[in-house]
Amino acid sequence: MAINTEKNSYTLLFAVCLVVIVGTLLAAVDSSLKEKIRINKILEKQQNILYAIGINENEGNSVSFISTEKAEQEFNKYVINQIYIQGQNIIEDDKAYLIDVKKEKALSKDPNYKRRLPLFIAEKDGKNLYVAPIRGKGLWDAIWAYVSMDENMVIRGIYFDHKGETPGLGANIKQRFFMDDFIGEALLDSEGKFKGVNVSKTNLDPKNEDKYDHEVDAIAGSTITGDGVTAMIRSDLSLYQSYFNNINN
Amino acid sequence: MGLFNKVGLLSKKDEKLISDPLSDNNPITVQVLGICSALAITAELEASVVMSVSVLFVMGVGNVVISMIRNIVPSKIRIIVQLTVIATLVIIVDLVLKAFAYELSKTLSVFIGLIITNCIIMGRFEAFALGNGLWRSFLDGIGNAFGYAVILVIVGFFRELLGSGTLWGFAVLGDPIDKTYLYALGYENNGFMLLSPMALIVVGIIIWVQRARSKHLIEE
Repeated sequence: MAINTEKNSYTLLFAVCLVVIVGTLLAAVDSSLKEKIRINKILEKQQNILYAIGINENEGNSVSFISTEKAEQEFNKYVINQIYIQGQNIIEDDKAYLIDVKKEKALSKDPNYKRRLPLFIAEKDGKNLYVAPIRGKGLWDAIWAYVSMDENMVIRGIYFDHKGETPGLGANIKQRFFMDDFIGEALLDSEGKFKGVNVSKTNLDPKNEDKYDHEVDAIAGSTITGDGVTAMIRSDLSLYQSYFNNINN
Repeated sequence: MGLFNKVGLLSKKDEKLISDPLSDNNPITVQVLGICSALAITAELEASVVMSVSVLFVMGVGNVVISMIRNIVPSKIRIIVQLTVIATLVIIVDLVLKAFAYELSKTLSVFIGLIITNCIIMGRFEAFALGNGLWRSFLDGIGNAFGYAVILVIVGFFRELLGSGTLWGFAVLGDPIDKTYLYALGYENNGFMLLSPMALIVVGIIIWVQRARSKHLIEE
């Protein structure tokens, strides 16, 4: 029996069936895998934070996290305190690492909303490290980072990631040659004013030997991603400055 | 060529489906499909290979699915149906990877959008799978994906080598900062190779070489 596929009623019926089948299929796959994906994301966050404080399995030029099996255990071992800053208040919360920075950033557009700023305090080799999650825009989509600092706001480790930057160009912000340049850079100038770190095309210091110039070398062909990194550091990390002023006084 | 035919795996006609896209009917250099992704992600050899493998998978499965439903799809909405099929496939693969191979899914996430909009896939659905049986559609999908892969890998090879002085991330020409090996002689990386205009020029050179060798491809 041949079906007349040109009839309007058939076309409509076909479209409806297709939507129902595809919709059901996608919903089923999504809800059955949701829990697994959620756990993967939490482990990734813990790995990222640990990476920023220098707990990783880097060899040569590779970027390697510690294994997912060890992530939770190591996270609990090194991260001694989790807090979030809301306005003038500092609130301890051992689930602060689950705060969604993207959501908080969106909510903060409302002037009445006081944005929650998570901060993870880790202890490594007898020193305190403060890890802040920050988020911004690259060329195509979101970029974000976990920045570990000492109490003088000098960067001690950083991990960048992105959603959809161009492979081989902007995507290289998560390569060692770019991330490692930030280590040792001071975010405050000598008078204690927030300067941030600029991704600069005119720095001409590929090994980043000058740590007090507030500049690192940009990546060729990734101007907009690099500018996004600069802007993200300036807009999000500066919000933490008052906290650091308080702990130093 | 003719290897599969000789060992009796494929008939002559079927073998052409695999071998043609590698030479005289290459999707990029002759059909001029999939140019956008060929420009976008070929700054590194590794990205080229990852993209090729992803497209291979989606093309193979997608062509079979489209061929399966080819007799019941109303022609008025066939493009939307093709788009739905390919988007569904890609999203399912993405979700499964996120659940079971999270690291891999992060590497691939950038390519997801590029696969959905890759015109080779739509082009082959429209030109081939809608009018041919399952097995032949599968071969056509695989063949075209290989044809695509060959060009991507060639472009990726030259762009990474001349642009960054590395191959698959390994510094094969020495260290440009410490000035070792080739760099000690005054060699410099050509940063322009990393930008998309040079990808277009490299593809152009490949097309030139191919047409110089097979004259029948040159239009009157």
